[in-house]
Amino acid sequence: MSSHDAPNQPRRTFLDTLLGLGFTSTFISVLYPVWRYVIPPASAEPATDSVIAGKVTEFKPNSGAVLKFGTKPALLVRTSDGQFKAFSAVCTHLDCTVQYKSDTSQIWCPCHNGFYDLSGAVVSGPPPRPLENFQVNLRGEPGQEDVVISRT
Amino acid sequence: MTQQVFAWLDERLDLSGLRAFVAEKTVPKHRHSVWYYMGGITLFLVGVQVATGILLLLYYRPSAGEAYESVQFIVSQVQFGWLIRNVHAWSANLLILMAFVHLFSTFFLRAYRKPRELTWVSGVLLLFIMLGFGFSGYLLPWNELAFFATKVGTGSAGAVPVVGDFIVRFLRGGDDVTGATLTRFYGIHVAILPAITTVLLGAHLLFIQRQGMSVPPSVEKREKAGEIIPQEPFFPNYVLHDVMWWYVALAVLAALSLFLPWELGTKADAFASVPAGIRPEWYFLAMFQTLKLIPSHVMGLEGEMLGVLGFSAAAGLLLVMPFLDRHAADGRPSKAITAAGILAVIYLVVFTIYGYLAA
Repeated sequence: MSSHDAPNQPRRTFLDTLLGLGFTSTFISVLYPVWRYVIPPASAEPATDSVIAGKVTEFKPNSGAVLKFGTKPALLVRTSDGQFKAFSAVCTHLDCTVQYKSDTSQIWCPCHNGFYDLSGAVVSGPPPRPLENFQVNLRGEPGQEDVVISRT
Repeated sequence: MTQQVFAWLDERLDLSGLRAFVAEKTVPKHRHSVWYYMGGITLFLVGVQVATGILLLLYYRPSAGEAYESVQFIVSQVQFGWLIRNVHAWSANLLILMAFVHLFSTFFLRAYRKPRELTWVSGVLLLFIMLGFGFSGYLLPWNELAFFATKVGTGSAGAVPVVGDFIVRFLRGGDDVTGATLTRFYGIHVAILPAITTVLLGAHLLFIQRQGMSVPPSVEKREKAGEIIPQEPFFPNYVLHDVMWWYVALAVLAALSLFLPWELGTKADAFASVPAGIRPEWYFLAMFQTLKLIPSHVMGLEGEMLGVLGFSAAAGLLLVMPFLDRHAADGRPSKAITAAGILAVIYLVVFTIYGYLAA
C-alpha cells in the first residue's frame, strides 16, 4: 500500500493527530460532567446558630447530654455546682462524638481515649485542639427557664 | 509509553496469542455488512447504561418515602444530574430499540444457523433481560405513571395458569405494589439483572470472537462457488467503523437528552385515582394493546390467560429459532420462517402505533 510510503507520511500523521484530538476531546467532554456530578452539592440545610436544649429542670447536676445542633452533635454539661456549659461534641482528633464522664467530671472521647476538661481544653490523649465552646443562656421564668445553646 | 506498558505486560503474561488474534482477525465486507454494527451500537449503549447507572446510585435512595425526592434532587440540585438521568432514560430506550434491530437483522440474515445457535440463544436471553431492566427501572423514580404501570404489568402475570398468583406476589414482594416492591425492583435492577447480564454478555461476545462474523446464506453461496469475499481487518479498520457508529449513537443520545428531557411526573400515591391514558413503555405497548383487544373469554379460556400464554409461546419459539430452521445451515433457509419474521415485524410496528393512538 502506498499509504506507508514516505510522501504520505505527513498526511497520515496529520490524520492520526486529528483522530487523537477527537478522542481526547470526547473523553474530556464526558469526564467533565461526570466529575462535576460526583461532587456533592452544597447542603440544603441552613447552618444552625442556636438551639433550645430543654428546660433547666431536665438536666441534673454532674451530668451531660448530647444534643442535635444543626447537622452536628453538641454536648451540654451541667456541672456539680449547677452551672451549664456547652461544647461542640465533635472531637478535634478524628470527629468522634465526645461524652461527659461524671466520675472524673471530664469530657471523654471513647474512640482514642482523649480527655478534655470542663473548659474544653485537652487534658490528655491525641486531640490536637480544644473543643469548640458554645454559649449557654437561660431564658424565661425563673426555675422554668429554657436552656439555649448558641454559637459564640 | 503505550508500547512500554504493553511490553511490560507481554513479558509477564505472554500476550502474543492475543496480539496475533487481533492482527489476523478480519471481518467480511459485503452489501449486508452494515447490520454488523447494530450489535456494536447495542453494546455501546449497555456501556452507557452501566456508567450512568452507577452514577445515579450515588444519590438515588430506594424507598417509597425518598425515591421520588432523591430523583428530584438529582435532576435539580446535583450538577449535571439532569444530564445523567436523561441519558440513562433515553439510552435505555435506544438500547432496547437497537437490540430489536440487532435481533431482526441477525434473524433475516440467518446468522443463528449452525454453528452459531448458542450466540442466538444467549442474545435472545439478553433481550429478555433488557426488557426486565426496562420494566424494573421504570418504577424506580416512584412516580404516578410508573406506579400504576407496574400495578398493571405485574398484575398481568397473574393470568399465568397455576403459578400466576405466586409470580405476582413474588414480583411485588407482597400482595400489592408498595415500598416493598420498589426495594425489590431496585435489587433486581442494580444487582440481579446486572449479574446475569455479565455472564450472558460475556458468553455472547466470546462466541462471536471465537466464531467470527456470520455471512448471510446468499454471500456464503457465492463464497462456495469460488468467489472471494473481500475482508476488512478487524483492527483498526472495523473497530474505527464501530466507534464511528458509537459517535452517531452518542450524538442522538445527547440530542434527545437535551431537547426532550424525561419527565419526572408527580409522586406515586396508592390512594390517588388512576390517571387517564395509563400505558407502559413503548416496547411493551404492542403486548399491552393485544391484551386489551382479546375478549374476556375465548372458547372457555380467560382472554388474559390466552394472551399471556401466547406471548410466552412466541418468546419460546424465538429462543429455539435456530433449531426450528434446521436447513438454514445447508443454504436452504425456511421461507415460512422468513414470512413469520416479516409478520412479526409488521405486528410489532402496527400494534405499537395502534397502542399509542388508542391511549
